[in-house]
Amino acid sequence: MNTTLRTDPNVTSASPVLAIRDLSVGLQTRSGATELVRGVSLDIRPGERVGLVGESGSGKSLTMLAVMGLLASPVIVTGGSVTLGGTELIGTPDRKLRALRGSEIAMVYQDPMTSLDPLQRVGDQIAEGLRAHGASRSEAGERTLAALAEVQLPHPHRLARAYPHELSGGMRQRVMIAAALAGNPRLLLADEPTTALDVTIQRQILALVARIQRARNLAVLWVTHDLGVAAQFVQRLAVMYAGRIVELGPTAAVFSAPQHPYTAALLAAVPSTTGERSALGQIPGSPPEAGSLPPGCSFAPRCRQARPGCTRAEPALEERTGGVAAACYVPPAEWQA
Amino acid sequence: MSTPVVGVPAQAMPVLAATGLVKVYPSASRAGQPSIALAGVSLDLAEGTCLGVVGESGCGKSTLARLLVGLERPTAGTVLLQGQPVTGFRRPELARRLQLVSQDPFSSLNPRLTVASALTEVLLVHRRVPGKNQAAERVAELLDMVSLGPQFASRLPHEMSGGQAQRVAIARALAAEPKILILDEPTSALDVSVRAGIVNLLARLRSELALSYLFISHDMAVIRQLSDQIGVMYAGRFVERGPWDSVMSAPLHPYTRALLTAVPEPHPDGSLLGADDIDAEAPDPSQTQVTASALAGCSYAPRCPIRIERCLTEDPRLEFVAGGHEAACYRAGVAMESGSGTPAESGRLPRERA
Repeated sequence: MNTTLRTDPNVTSASPVLAIRDLSVGLQTRSGATELVRGVSLDIRPGERVGLVGESGSGKSLTMLAVMGLLASPVIVTGGSVTLGGTELIGTPDRKLRALRGSEIAMVYQDPMTSLDPLQRVGDQIAEGLRAHGASRSEAGERTLAALAEVQLPHPHRLARAYPHELSGGMRQRVMIAAALAGNPRLLLADEPTTALDVTIQRQILALVARIQRARNLAVLWVTHDLGVAAQFVQRLAVMYAGRIVELGPTAAVFSAPQHPYTAALLAAVPSTTGERSALGQIPGSPPEAGSLPPGCSFAPRCRQARPGCTRAEPALEERTGGVAAACYVPPAEWQA
Repeated sequence: MSTPVVGVPAQAMPVLAATGLVKVYPSASRAGQPSIALAGVSLDLAEGTCLGVVGESGCGKSTLARLLVGLERPTAGTVLLQGQPVTGFRRPELARRLQLVSQDPFSSLNPRLTVASALTEVLLVHRRVPGKNQAAERVAELLDMVSLGPQFASRLPHEMSGGQAQRVAIARALAAEPKILILDEPTSALDVSVRAGIVNLLARLRSELALSYLFISHDMAVIRQLSDQIGVMYAGRFVERGPWDSVMSAPLHPYTRALLTAVPEPHPDGSLLGADDIDAEAPDPSQTQVTASALAGCSYAPRCPIRIERCLTEDPRLEFVAGGHEAACYRAGVAMESGSGTPAESGRLPRERA
């Protein structure tokens, strides 16, 4: 159903750190399961920053949570596989997953205040994570200071003794990144970590993560609703709509010549600080409810390029030019202006 | 200190004018210093125009909105609405002239009232219709104005998406038939495609109804889309103001340049992470808030990559630099050494612990 793509020329053919195959997530009800994420396949290789982009309800955060094994009943993985360096994560017991989180996989979220304990000094919180993975007290202390220095927080010694509320939003997010990376993971999963930050701080955080990521050859999956952040930060991009990846490819190629009408419409809706000032592109209607998807292509009812055939069956994600894949029957050459 | 707005004939009275607005909030703790949310803001909103106010968290832009609509009283300074002190208007009189649209539409809509009841209430309170019977027709008109179908009249807030609810909030503001809308981040909570619809709607309503907007946002690109004039706020005052195109294409203040450089543009040109100076880290702007003791120099000086000695001892005033374009900076227009606006290193902890 979904094609696996290995065509990005920017990325070596190293085997993926994370391989998501046909992943489906559903909401279990008495009458069956409502599919929320439908057959997502995505590879992330060492040293690669991959973006998962979509609007609210597109399934991007659920995909992330499923990868982390953090879904809570009645939302469950209904199919597919997620492997970390060849090890299957789906169905792995919680205890084992917890051991992987923090050592192999690290996570950062939008709101650091929900993941930091307000009553504990930030240094102790980072050290606690390291000790849980076997570091001695003194080793954990040293690595904590090194981690705080790596995220360029001034005066790590003093900062380690601060409580979360004493820090600004940007500093807290740096602490979260320090905590996430202290265990030296191979994979960083990030769910909108800069969304709540001011743009000047966001820029610093993105640059910081990019630098650490390059230095460590880290694999990064970055979930965002912000196409600007995706354009500037990730090398490869997956666009989600109604629970599926509808377009996937190198960021530059997707932005310069989107192959799916939804991607094209999204890009037209984003204002810029340069260029012509004209009305923004709009997408008529609203995304379908998960339980009541339209027949065929889920985007067809809102699509300017839709044809009668689009409602017959859901188009598969298929490779186009430039390493880009799209799930659409109508190639851009045939699009109406 | 009055601030003329260029591009408007001198004789045209601004529909909304603020002079020397200061707002000081007492400290939460007894020992702490009071916080200065607004440190002297003057502005003129010319009839039928849109003044965009942009700035980051803590810059005072939302405080400015609350003072302008009379939700809070300034510590000092005055707000004139059509030439009259805003404090002299009774609530309903004010509401018929000036309406606020805020970020979260659900917080301004009563969860138990249908859209029709919410709009009818406003129409009757302000006597914009002779009676209940005429209200239904006007409700349909208002919904049409914000591009919602008549079926929305019977909806409750929870039966709508964020974008639909924001359209209803705008319709409700328009029901009072004001001439001025204060828009405080009206698109910030919305998805990309929904935001585009609201921005386009606001642009259309302004020309159709000859409205004047004060549009507040943290988003430079959204501000640019709607504004005639753009004012950039930092630490409780305007540091730059001018016609939208000159502020965007030829920013004078180093803070404006830093803001523009930091906008993640939806073109993968590597501009955001490309600059070498990116590793020079700066403290958060929220940590550079003005305190009474720190008023000596320019409040941006601690972060400024092109500051000079004078910036630390004297506070620059907003002055005209070129063609209706004002900046509060001794180094206005001086080229950045690195060609970029990343603020300089200052490595200060917000509250140092002994």
